[in-house]
Amino acid sequence: MDTIHDLGGKQGFGPIDVNEPEAPWHHDWEGRMWALAQSSRNSTVTIDWWRHVVEQLPPQAYMTIPYFEKWCMTDLALGVDCGTFTMEEALNIVGKNALRADGASRAEVLNKEQILEKNRTSVKTFEEEVDFAPAFAVGDPVKTLSHSVPTHTRLPAYARGRSGKILAQRGAHPLPDKSAQGQEAPEHLYTVVFTARELWGADADPRDSVTLDLWESYLEHL
Amino acid sequence: MTSGTSFDRDKLAKIHDHLHSHLPPEPALRVKALESLLVERGLVATETLDAWVEAYSEDIGPKRGAQVVARAWLDADFKARLMEDAAQAITEFGFEGKATGDLKAVENTDDQHNVVVCTLCSCYPFSLLGLSPAWYKASAYRARVVREPRKVLEEFGVSLGDDVAVRVWDSTAELRYLVVPQRPAGTEGWSQEQLAALVTRNSMIGTDRDLEVK
Repeated sequence: MDTIHDLGGKQGFGPIDVNEPEAPWHHDWEGRMWALAQSSRNSTVTIDWWRHVVEQLPPQAYMTIPYFEKWCMTDLALGVDCGTFTMEEALNIVGKNALRADGASRAEVLNKEQILEKNRTSVKTFEEEVDFAPAFAVGDPVKTLSHSVPTHTRLPAYARGRSGKILAQRGAHPLPDKSAQGQEAPEHLYTVVFTARELWGADADPRDSVTLDLWESYLEHL
Repeated sequence: MTSGTSFDRDKLAKIHDHLHSHLPPEPALRVKALESLLVERGLVATETLDAWVEAYSEDIGPKRGAQVVARAWLDADFKARLMEDAAQAITEFGFEGKATGDLKAVENTDDQHNVVVCTLCSCYPFSLLGLSPAWYKASAYRARVVREPRKVLEEFGVSLGDDVAVRVWDSTAELRYLVVPQRPAGTEGWSQEQLAALVTRNSMIGTDRDLEVK
């Protein structure tokens, strides 16, 4: 879908704040949101569906609210969708103190050492074993799809209809377009390199290139 | 009653719209609302949230990546393992975790500079580098660095020689990237700890290049 999140190559953005202090968060609520996201999501929500729900924020909100507020709004929306709480509960709880869970439903309390171990053991690869061979080999020239699709996708608009070259095979990974609909469909994934001139025209620096990680169905032989 | 998600985009767009127009606009209040709801449902304990914040403030951060880079500078065998399979190599330190299962290392050389972005969201190898800087998540960086990387690097104070090519890695899948910066001259005989202290967070994203010998 051509939603507002697809920012690569958009023009008109000003300078970058390069002197930001080096702290993980700049407000307490940001750290809180990070922590909430690590521990409480409904297990039926795939990473691609979660990203797609972020992309469904009203465009004006997507462009203006802080990064971790987007996470918050997405988890609130999915909480309502999953029936974890109702819309009324979400709207009415604001401003009240944190409620205490009753003893029977209280979540497990973990200390920092346990969290460090939980973080470490949460590592997972998205690569999957498949019984079909990749259609492209390293060095093959390829062209990306030209048009937008009606679903979530990970082919950015700036790289549509462009010619590049397979830089690496990355094994098979779940196709985000399907995973965002709750369907499992692994496909071979490739790192594809494009010259800056192919993407941005003759004024681009001839030395430069951009790589993207793209699934097989985003590509055709050139 | 908790169930599975609907995977219904139009439904979620409506819920978003309703929540966004009816909740007070302060992010702190919105996050507090979410926390209260989840605590009340018994899905998370506030102490556990504190522990996540502590872990990613005190233990997990760019110092981890710096150790990995310094080891790669000192130990050619480790470097070969890192370049071959970075996700596996960092398990030698116990640094694996959130978003490092498909990690790739890309090396700066005299004639190539690498810089990482996620134009579609803000993917980042959390367990190795900690939380990403705000600029990494900002629209300006996501929009600009793929189109005008040299201009963006200049804003970060990076100067590139005439013979240096810039390669921008847009992390559009679950692969995450670690830039391995070049070891600065004048550090012969230094220990891993001394070398790691030179490695900046930005150099592992690619918005810093020539590391300063302190």
